[in-house]
Amino acid sequence: MSDCRDEGCQRWQTPAPDATWRDVPRGGVIPRGGNAAEYQTGDWRSARPIHDADLCIQCRLCWVYCPDSSILTNEEGEVIGIDYDHCKGCGICAAECPKEGAMTMIAEEF
Amino acid sequence: MSLAAKSNEIRMALTGNESVAYAMKQINPDVVAAYPITPQTEIVQIFSSYVADGDVDTVFERVESEHSAMSAVVGAAAAGARSMTATSANGLALMWEVVYIAASNRLPIVMPVVNRALSGPINIHCDHSDTMGARDSGWIQLYSENAQEAYDNTLQAVRIAEHPDVELPVMVCQDGFIISHALDNLYTLDDAAVQAFVGQNNPRYSLLDVDHPTTFGPLDLQDWYFEHKRQQAEGMKNALDVIPEIAKEYEGISGRDYGFFEEYRTDDAEAVMMVLGSTAGTAKDVVDAMRSEGKRVGLVKLRVFRPLPVAHLVRALRGKPALAIMDRAESFAASGGPLYKEIRSALYDCEQAPMVSNYIYGLGGRDIRPEDLRQVFEDNLRAAAAGHIEKPVTYLGVRE
Ligand code: SF4
Ligand code: SF4
Repeated sequence: MSDCRDEGCQRWQTPAPDATWRDVPRGGVIPRGGNAAEYQTGDWRSARPIHDADLCIQCRLCWVYCPDSSILTNEEGEVIGIDYDHCKGCGICAAECPKEGAMTMIAEEF
Repeated sequence: MSLAAKSNEIRMALTGNESVAYAMKQINPDVVAAYPITPQTEIVQIFSSYVADGDVDTVFERVESEHSAMSAVVGAAAAGARSMTATSANGLALMWEVVYIAASNRLPIVMPVVNRALSGPINIHCDHSDTMGARDSGWIQLYSENAQEAYDNTLQAVRIAEHPDVELPVMVCQDGFIISHALDNLYTLDDAAVQAFVGQNNPRYSLLDVDHPTTFGPLDLQDWYFEHKRQQAEGMKNALDVIPEIAKEYEGISGRDYGFFEEYRTDDAEAVMMVLGSTAGTAKDVVDAMRSEGKRVGLVKLRVFRPLPVAHLVRALRGKPALAIMDRAESFAASGGPLYKEIRSALYDCEQAPMVSNYIYGLGGRDIRPEDLRQVFEDNLRAAAAGHIEKPVTYLGVRE
């Protein structure tokens, strides 16, 4: 982003601890693309999905249904866990999971 | 403002609406989106004929409402286009949501507003309830006394709005019918001078700059919203430096000088009146008449209401015995009109602050006559002599 006219835009993405109103891009503009992953929506969560690999039958319905692409898979496409940086805790994965106990929601601890 | 002109200027007879449409033609904005509403309709109607005749290169969007008009210019300005619209009263009210977004997104939109009473009851005539209602929307507000000032303010507004230290939208206000539909003599610059003055728009971000993709108007929650509001406040503060800079440059090409406000025969005045807009013309006549009778009265005509030039106003008003603030709007606070509140508050910390009284007048186009203004001056000369104000807020010209 060195070619961005607004000097603050780089710091906006990962604000320094001492960043102030002077450092953020004007008008709330996000001055570069492809950065949604940098916004960690995981801290919105009040319930946490827990994946139990032993009970999981690898049907991958949770991966299909997750609205936040937060079901982690390996190279073979097998479900291996949750991306807690972005999972918002909606519970859809657990609701869609056909195997009792393979995906369960627990209250998030704060 | 002195009615000066440079030799290359062209004298024209135009109404306020015509003068603003003509200014828009000379600016030749990239995008205009507008919806008709009395008494503004003529501005975009005339401008649309410039478009049809090929006199401008503007993309002209005929939208289905003012909400859409403001939305369209927000989108266009975000794309980096120099964008304008125009409205009045209920049209401005219908834009409301997007008016705030335009300012929050720091989009340098210029919008002539032809001041008209907000409904209801339905009334198409002048008062300032429309733009006074938008005073906290984050827009710069310039008020014009006549067609000349409406023209000059429109040209300067482009530069103020787009200044990199400001990047805020500007409303250029003129009084409905009184200015908008009355024929006036004014000087206009030639097209080349206007083009040289407004120059090229150089937006900080542009949606059309595909090499640098940007997102406008994203979610901004507890973590950064406040910082963006603080920035916006700074832009408005910076406008206090930028507006005089632009005015000085404009004086260089036009010969007409514009301050935050005009002081008319206030030097030794015992009673000073403050007005916005066309009433200043009537008030100057009254000041002249009373001065010739040896009465020490004067006028301050405020041109820039947002940002409010507090320090300059304090310097100008300190030591004046009595100050009458004329509000062409009621804010239903049960304690006076909006201009009164702001000016009285600005003077609170100043030593030798004048006694301040408020006159709410001219609502819904109610005529303001020289004898009404004379009455205000007489009240205030009496207050100055007595050392106190009898009535803080007066409804002037209403059937009591
Ligand atoms: S709780 Fe919702 S967001 Fe989180 S992994 Fe399950 S489906 Fe995705
Ligand atoms: S839906 Fe349940 S069983 Fe199917 S892959 Fe996901 S966790 Fe495993």
